[in-house]
Amino acid sequence: MIPKVLSVDRLRRLYGDTVAVDGVSFEVGQGEIVGLLGPNGAGKTTTINMILGVLEATSGTIRIEGADIATSRSRALERTNFAAVYAPLPGNLTVYQNLRVFGLMYRVENIPARIDALLDQFDLKGLRHVKCGVLSSGEQTRVGLAKAMINRPRLLLLDEPTASLDPSAARDIRTQVREFVSRDKVGALWTTHNMYEVADVCDRVLFLSRGRILLDGDPGSLPREHGKESLEELFIAVAREPLTLKRT
Amino acid sequence: MPFHRTAAIVLRQYYLLRGSPVRVLPIFAWVAIDIVLWGFITRYLNTIASPGFDFVPVLLGAVLFWDFFTRVMHGVTMAFLEDVWSRNFLNLFASPLSIREYVGGLVLSCVATSVLGLLTMVVLATTAFGLSFFAYGVMLVPFLLVLFLFGIALGIFASALVLRFGPASEWIVWPVPAFLSPFAAIFYPVATLPRWMQPVSYLLPPSYVFEGMRAIVSGGAYRGSALLVSAFLAALYILLASWYFTRVHRHAVRTGLLARYNAESTA
Repeated sequence: MIPKVLSVDRLRRLYGDTVAVDGVSFEVGQGEIVGLLGPNGAGKTTTINMILGVLEATSGTIRIEGADIATSRSRALERTNFAAVYAPLPGNLTVYQNLRVFGLMYRVENIPARIDALLDQFDLKGLRHVKCGVLSSGEQTRVGLAKAMINRPRLLLLDEPTASLDPSAARDIRTQVREFVSRDKVGALWTTHNMYEVADVCDRVLFLSRGRILLDGDPGSLPREHGKESLEELFIAVAREPLTLKRT
Repeated sequence: MPFHRTAAIVLRQYYLLRGSPVRVLPIFAWVAIDIVLWGFITRYLNTIASPGFDFVPVLLGAVLFWDFFTRVMHGVTMAFLEDVWSRNFLNLFASPLSIREYVGGLVLSCVATSVLGLLTMVVLATTAFGLSFFAYGVMLVPFLLVLFLFGIALGIFASALVLRFGPASEWIVWPVPAFLSPFAAIFYPVATLPRWMQPVSYLLPPSYVFEGMRAIVSGGAYRGSALLVSAFLAALYILLASWYFTRVHRHAVRTGLLARYNAESTA
């Protein structure tokens, strides 16, 4: 059995009478990339925000390598990191300065060496002393990913990490994340609307609809199991006719 | 408490100051303008007032003390607003950083800027206008300490307000010292105030400092108990402001405000 990095149990989030996340349970194992898929408003980002501790769950538990986010927040988040297009690094600091600040925040040993390695890995050496605010969206994404890996997290949360990248850059990023996850036995939770990416990178997918996990399985076999030709067709079915699909 | 995360907040502020002259200039500019303006006013008043009374330690000293308090308060809120303006909350609060460490970092960041501002004022006031700090004796240090603590308390409170009501409520921060100034007895004794204003004045630690400053300069006695009351009040306000900031942060996490803070104003 693969040791679990992330365990989410009966997670629920209400906004007034509206149920945003409705009793979601899942696990992410070491060296596993799990795709969190679903139409807009399905509850993906809400789930990620609760895992990151910036949104309180109405009920349920989240454990990161055994540390409960509600009671051992700092311990849980020391071994976690994330990248999201809606959370760029401060534009008024340079790439190096931002990485240095977050290296200190996550108590990274030998920060300069770690930064050098990340700048090399994400092809950012030439942008070392450039302010993040003047970078292109693709470059900002790469800096965000460098920050997400600075503390060699055990759990990596990636919310549409390749949304602003060209296909070539997106493929490079997928390869790098894949290698990182595989080499360091990291667990990763990856949200995207790009079904090609899901098939390329995810070991397992969770389809969310209206706050519930509707389907859970291998992205290679899941479409056929539900009578669909492709992940994209399956996605559209989840978005439009969730009741016609069996809930796992 | 591990210090490295607090140090990260301080390092960020250091980088911001180091790389931006427009951030450094206000540390010196406004206080220098105030000291020059009030320096000339006191010089003029000394020429028309009865001989023997020196306005410099009373008026110019008061301006210096009040500006120091204002710089401290604005130092904390400026450091906080840098994170608001750069939409950095999600990166910060999705890290292991605790609220205590974050607020501690804001406070430490403002120490450096406040001391720089204070040094500027001291150099200008002493060299250009002859202000002698020996006039205040040993009480100078506790006076500055009380003003520093109260500035920290108000800075934390104002930051909590912006966190609670959204970036658009930033305007609340800037006029707070001006709003308090009539009550703080900066240029006149508390007894000058109407009866209804006096209880408010006695709730403000700076009132005790300015009363004490005038008493010492005029050769009168200053009660140590008044200093203790002001220090107690300042410490109490820091505790209350920190409690309020923690409560607002908790509310923001519970309601989802913190997660959405990047995207929208909640005002």
